[in-house]
Amino acid sequence: MLSLGPRAAAGWVRLQGVRNAAAWLCPPPWLEKSPADAVVFSRPYSSPQKEKPDMSVYPVENVRNFSIIAHVDHGKSTLADRLLEITGTIAKTDQNKQVLDKLQVERERGITVKAQTASLFYNYEGINYLLNLIDTPGHVDFSYEVSRSLSACQGVILVVDANEGIQAQTVANFYLAFEAQLAIIPVINKIDLKNADPERVEKQMEKLFDISKDECIRISAKQGVNVEKVLQKVIEKVPPPSVNIGDPLKALVFDSTFDHYRGVIANIALFGGEVQKGHKIVSAHTKKIYDVNEVGILTPNEQPTHKLYAGQVGYLIAGMKEVTEAQVGDTLYLHKQPVEPLPGFKSAKPMVFAGMYPVDQSEYNNLKSAIEKLTLNDSSVTIHRDSSLALGAGWRLGFLGLLHMDVFNQRLEQEYNASVILTAPTVPYKAVLSSAKLIKEHGKKEITIINPTEFPDKCSVSEYLEPTVLGTIITPDEYIGKILTLCQARRAVQKEMVYIDEHRVMMKYIFPLNEIVVDFYDALKSLSSGYASFDYEDAGYQAADLVKMDILLNGNPVEELGTVVHIDKAYAVGKAMCERLKDVIPRQLFEIAIQAALGNKVIARETVKAYRKNVLAKCYGGDITRKMKLLKRQAEGKKKMRKIGTVEVPKDAFISILKRQSEK
Amino acid sequence: MAGPAWRWRSRTQLAAALRSVRALQLQVPRAEPLQAALYVHWPYCRKRCSYCNFNKYIPRGLDEAAMRSCLTQEAQTLIQLSQVRRISSVFFGGGTPSLASPHTIAAVLETVSRCAHLAADAEITLEANPTSAGASRLAGFQAAGVNRLSIGVQSLDAAELRLLGRDHTAEEALGTLEEAKKLFPGRTSVDLIFGLPDQSVASWARGLEELLQQCDDHVSLYQLTLERGTSLFQQVQQGSLPAPKQEVVAEMYESAREVLRDAGFRQYEVSNFARNGALSTHNLSYWQGSQYIGIGPGAHGRFVPQAHGQSLREARIQTLEPDNWMKEVVAFGHGTRKRTVLSQLELLEEVLVLGLRMDVGLTHQHWLQFAPGMSLWDVFGTSEEVKELEAQGLLVLDTSEESHSLLRRQPVMQSPSSRWR
Repeated sequence: MLSLGPRAAAGWVRLQGVRNAAAWLCPPPWLEKSPADAVVFSRPYSSPQKEKPDMSVYPVENVRNFSIIAHVDHGKSTLADRLLEITGTIAKTDQNKQVLDKLQVERERGITVKAQTASLFYNYEGINYLLNLIDTPGHVDFSYEVSRSLSACQGVILVVDANEGIQAQTVANFYLAFEAQLAIIPVINKIDLKNADPERVEKQMEKLFDISKDECIRISAKQGVNVEKVLQKVIEKVPPPSVNIGDPLKALVFDSTFDHYRGVIANIALFGGEVQKGHKIVSAHTKKIYDVNEVGILTPNEQPTHKLYAGQVGYLIAGMKEVTEAQVGDTLYLHKQPVEPLPGFKSAKPMVFAGMYPVDQSEYNNLKSAIEKLTLNDSSVTIHRDSSLALGAGWRLGFLGLLHMDVFNQRLEQEYNASVILTAPTVPYKAVLSSAKLIKEHGKKEITIINPTEFPDKCSVSEYLEPTVLGTIITPDEYIGKILTLCQARRAVQKEMVYIDEHRVMMKYIFPLNEIVVDFYDALKSLSSGYASFDYEDAGYQAADLVKMDILLNGNPVEELGTVVHIDKAYAVGKAMCERLKDVIPRQLFEIAIQAALGNKVIARETVKAYRKNVLAKCYGGDITRKMKLLKRQAEGKKKMRKIGTVEVPKDAFISILKRQSEK
Repeated sequence: MAGPAWRWRSRTQLAAALRSVRALQLQVPRAEPLQAALYVHWPYCRKRCSYCNFNKYIPRGLDEAAMRSCLTQEAQTLIQLSQVRRISSVFFGGGTPSLASPHTIAAVLETVSRCAHLAADAEITLEANPTSAGASRLAGFQAAGVNRLSIGVQSLDAAELRLLGRDHTAEEALGTLEEAKKLFPGRTSVDLIFGLPDQSVASWARGLEELLQQCDDHVSLYQLTLERGTSLFQQVQQGSLPAPKQEVVAEMYESAREVLRDAGFRQYEVSNFARNGALSTHNLSYWQGSQYIGIGPGAHGRFVPQAHGQSLREARIQTLEPDNWMKEVVAFGHGTRKRTVLSQLELLEEVLVLGLRMDVGLTHQHWLQFAPGMSLWDVFGTSEEVKELEAQGLLVLDTSEESHSLLRRQPVMQSPSSRWR
């Protein structure tokens, strides 16, 4: 058995965490080489770390970089587990469940949030291949991560459930790969299921993606049926990266993680040259120079190697202290050998904003550090400090989408034990200014409005814009009617409707984003008994009749309850808001009018009647002590109230209005 | 709803005003006048009422002589401790003090007269339960020195009396009232409870009007408070009885005020109505913030223990359980269980809370007794909260030079927020 160097062993234990340490009992092929084979190892340094694999034995033509893409629960992670087992990357045990999904939230939700990478070694027809599996998040909220990962690939495995067939995310993922001109290996998974209907799925593939029946591989990742064939297809159909080892180093940073002991670990794909410990490298983005401390491959844990060569995928540690120094999309090159940087990735644009506040203000600093740590590994979250009169100091966070927001919140709770108040999500609106004064003030004609208090008045605006998405819904046809009604109510415009087989329909709609951020997905799931799937992608901005709605308590506006709404929705939103407030504002000495208003026009009203309780309780000698205590308690309670004019509103009332409503 | 809507709601007003008081950090000591009211607690009842959570016990083999001797002993001890020269009034409450023998009442009053001056016309009230207060008994109490009676009628409706767990009928109550009026003309009070589960505004008003045909010059109205630990509370909690509705109860209150006003009663305190000047001086002394000594199990007191050389008032509570209380009285001369020194500020808080319960509110003179050298205007004149409550028409702070300045609640005509309609 091999002996690991002390550093590597320590690293292993730390990274491995609770995962199956037995995996190493069956080491990857390069560790099992007999002494006779050892000659293929080049040994530039005479070191005791003889287990360091030599990556030069894998020339570019023997390298394949690929991803697996699929709708949620179609079996992507299980397929990845099998591929890792077949290639000996991990041991074959019952415990290999979603090995690449490291986060608790990923395992609980059956989704992949953070892309992982694993290098597999496979001998096919006498040739040793290096297959780099670059795992991708399974949701289009993370399409940014998906696109990052895909840009390091030349091919994808498109997995579709033989029972459920093509779903909304399948479509979205297919087009991402198709547009990136990647080789696509269609796989129909779960053929072992009783209700599996692979023929139907093949027809759908043909109809939607123009993929012929013969190309599809029918597999059962769970049982391992035909999985080997998938691996062989990867070798046959996915082209090797077209790079040249003789070129100067050109490495793309496609992901980065942060390690407290070693700093930034950048995941890189080499588009030219080679890199090794001791090299001086430069970030094309910051022009900062770094000394390379370590390079290696991911198996899926970090395995140091002597070098990485063009076409290969691995990691690099070079004394970068902050994740921002290893910006995703950045190009690294050797000092004094500059190269043309690779076309940068478009940076992630937050689509959904929400306020985040500590439940207790004394928790502010703890929460702050938790958010900072979490964003170290998720640079797509934008953070702005914010404060609310009712909720105290907090942040306005921007997320890629709803799932992203949920996952972020869940990770905060699970990994940092932080409990937070998350406000209902909002979307970034825009206004095209017509007032010269305002244009000068902002320095531009088009401004983005994140906070309703910044909403400019109509008279100084030529047009308001709202973000839209192109939504894809795939559903059994019996739900079409209900879904049409739902979409109509959400101001959606239908773009396309096709039958993808005899019973299933794909519908495409342009939705205003704010119509889907709160509860659209739940509504869709519940009216289709869970059968309809939904996905969306950014579709730019469109003009919209937006208004700012104020909530007034006895004529005084409540700043934190102001919202931007579409004029068609103002009445319903205002009415609902007033009704909810009525339930949470306690009765007071006087009547309270709760109103929703657009400018001076009141569009909804509820009334909280005056407090009339216990008007005639007695108070004699024996009652005084108790009465005084009661009054003191009430006075204490009042300190927790926020005064709007003369109306006292408990903090809890704000929380229950502002908080994101539970979707369960 | 006819008539102006009074709003007897002191809690916000209080909180507002008190913050102002606190800001001034009053430190000025004051001398208590050398007099006090005396409260005597008789802790026994024949039967438990479904709404009552007072300190009361159903006696088994009660030794009245021992009880009597302890009450007199404690009266003597505490009067001496307070060093008051004069007892302004005495109130026998309970429990059911009309279950005590007139002899016991007489013994307490004799002791009081011995220890301090008790004026011949001082108000001596006894709480009486209709069944335990037949004509002859009432005469006995009168002979013992009682000159005012407070009868727990509670309701004139048979079903309501059953619900309340009372052990008398409406007829018995009216009979007792009749006898009492003969013996204590102009000094008989009745208690009524309203806001019962299932009670309607109409039935309440009917009962009140019926009572007004026969009652004397004083009425106390109590909105039912569901107290934890009572059987009524439990029944409502379990849902076997409906909880009285806030709106309905408020309307009962409004209609009662109207009925009583039409009958010539003045609402001189939150729950008390009197005509022909028949105000209870004993109870008024609570609301005016005067000293009072409490004796008997669980009695509360507020006085300066001057014999100890102290100058600050104490809030005192006697031991609750009668047997323990008696043992302590035997051993120490009194059964004081808890003493809390009230700061000047705490005293003023009480003065304010209690003063606002009266229709006359707090006069300048009244306030100065407790806060020498600091006028109502000094304390409340600049308070934002007081201004707000004035603007809402809930409070009056009258500081005009010529009138005696005062702070009182305001009879409100209509909620000012109605302009948002």
